[in-house]
Amino acid sequence: MAELDLRATAEPADLVGLKAIGLAVVTALALAAPFFVSEYWINAIIVPFLILSLAGLGLNLLTGYAGQLSLGAGAFMMVGAYATFALQLRMPELPLPFALIVAGLIAGAVGLVFGLPSTRIKGFYLIVSTLAAQFFFEWLFLKFPWFYNGNSSATIALSRGLSFFGLDANGPHGRYYFTLGIVTLLTFLSFNLIRGQTGRNWMAIRDMDTAAAVIGVPVLRAKLQAFAVSSFILGIAGALWAFAYLGSASVQSFGLHRSYQVLFIIIIGGLGTIRGAYLGAAFVSLLPLALDWLFQYLFSGQVDAGLLQNIQKAIFGILIIWFLIREPEGLSRLLAIRRTASRRLFPS
Amino acid sequence: MSMFLETLIGGLLAGAMYSLVAIGFVLIYKASGVFNYAQGSILLFGALTFVTLTENGVPAYGAIAITIALLIATAIAVEKLLLRPLTNRSPMTLFMATLGLSYVVEGVAQGIMGSQVRALNLGIEDLPIFIGDILISQFDLMAAGVALALVIALSLLFNRTRIGIQLRGVADDTRAALSLGIDINRIWQIVWAVAGIVGLVAGLLWGARQGVQFSLSLVVLKALPVLIIGGFTSIPGAIVGGLIVGAGESLAETYIGPFLGGGITPWFAYALALVFLFIRPSGLFGERSIERV
Repeated sequence: MAELDLRATAEPADLVGLKAIGLAVVTALALAAPFFVSEYWINAIIVPFLILSLAGLGLNLLTGYAGQLSLGAGAFMMVGAYATFALQLRMPELPLPFALIVAGLIAGAVGLVFGLPSTRIKGFYLIVSTLAAQFFFEWLFLKFPWFYNGNSSATIALSRGLSFFGLDANGPHGRYYFTLGIVTLLTFLSFNLIRGQTGRNWMAIRDMDTAAAVIGVPVLRAKLQAFAVSSFILGIAGALWAFAYLGSASVQSFGLHRSYQVLFIIIIGGLGTIRGAYLGAAFVSLLPLALDWLFQYLFSGQVDAGLLQNIQKAIFGILIIWFLIREPEGLSRLLAIRRTASRRLFPS
Repeated sequence: MSMFLETLIGGLLAGAMYSLVAIGFVLIYKASGVFNYAQGSILLFGALTFVTLTENGVPAYGAIAITIALLIATAIAVEKLLLRPLTNRSPMTLFMATLGLSYVVEGVAQGIMGSQVRALNLGIEDLPIFIGDILISQFDLMAAGVALALVIALSLLFNRTRIGIQLRGVADDTRAALSLGIDINRIWQIVWAVAGIVGLVAGLLWGARQGVQFSLSLVVLKALPVLIIGGFTSIPGAIVGGLIVGAGESLAETYIGPFLGGGITPWFAYALALVFLFIRPSGLFGERSIERV
């Protein structure tokens, strides 16, 4: 599924230059973005987009690269969010960034445990394990008041918000840069992980695990690694979703619909690509807005909200099927095709 | 002791309702190798159509006939627009396509027929009956009877008719079936239609129990552990699995639940399924696959 680059020669020098310029432009845009767009855009669109991209990235490592289908993304996000809350509440001396890392590690450990069945079970039978995680944690975090500190509405929120090392990241700009920093760092780390031995092991297992075992890939270890790393990233994404985007979260914020949303992100964006998670997240967060605007424009508020939601749902489903039929490798592949086409038009 | 028996029998009867949902999955998985996530929304679609028709004064038999006709049309559309273009794709792609399909079916069904809760009265009175000193729900007994009748009908269809033999041929070896001139696309349509009708029966029973509404489509999540325990490819497995899950859930809620603060049913079935999987990775009755490089 991933693009395999088998050229032995290096890319032409000018292309490398172009890539560097592109990277610089993206960096500049990302850094300057808050000064161009309204606060509404930052709070309601860009921050959730970044967090969903991160969640997509996390799931993509497991499903897209290691080939282990998971319907429990929401559960691992939930674990990350609740762990961050517990750490900030009970160990206030631990600064937020470290609390996030520890929460990610806890989510990773949980992912490892629920990944254990994958050493014996394959394919569809495996979704039962991830779904078990989903239902178990929904029950656990709602059943025992310890997890939400006895809050009357069973929600969790950080009392100090996003402040650490004397910095206050509670404003829209602060939340944006905080999220951006974490997302960039984790993307960079995942990118390197994929390029290395670990990523290659995962892809070998995805393509055919029996063959991978025959050529000496440590299948069990690599599968568990995939579960742990993926849940680590999902856990941090969950904590960000709860505290950098929503502000206060509950079990419902990470229900089964969230798991599906993250799965759709990687299907639409492209399984087994890093940028696919970003493209898919952009699609998933912008499509409802676009449909809203379209219906506002067409019917100017005459259609009731329930009907609109159902129409959106149906359109979403049709798009997923259409993508799977037309371009099973997602938006990422479409982008690659365009790029080769333009290269053919303007040969360097 | 009578409390234990009551819990067990109640659980087994509820399990028969799970089996009904699971059978629809098994039919489709056997014939087309698709794990059909949309079975839950088909169930909702069937029950919702029936309720809407009867509410608008259509007599019950007419409503059933129209609903079945719609389900057959859906099956043909699914085969033409989804299965055919996705032939030879990986099982995971097909699964995700049915996830998309479930969105479409739910969106369209609820968009046209509304998403509020509807009451469904099948004319079965839910009066408890006593056998000895054990209390049994009459409705559950009826549902179990329907499940039994459906299984007998299906096994007759599979073993005694020409179409059934073709179906089994396709399930056994698709390529061999193709080379013998079996029209595989037609078989897919038939199987999806039959699964739709099984879904309608399950949808009506579940709908009478808990009202016809969106949560009906989540019954699919109840059926999943059943399938895991019974194996994806076996109808007897679906039944045994359903009974095990039903009895296990109800016993666990009564005897283990109080120690954990109750409400453990949503995940208990999954935990049970995982235990079974560790012992038999392809279910109790599933076919063991041999992998070659």
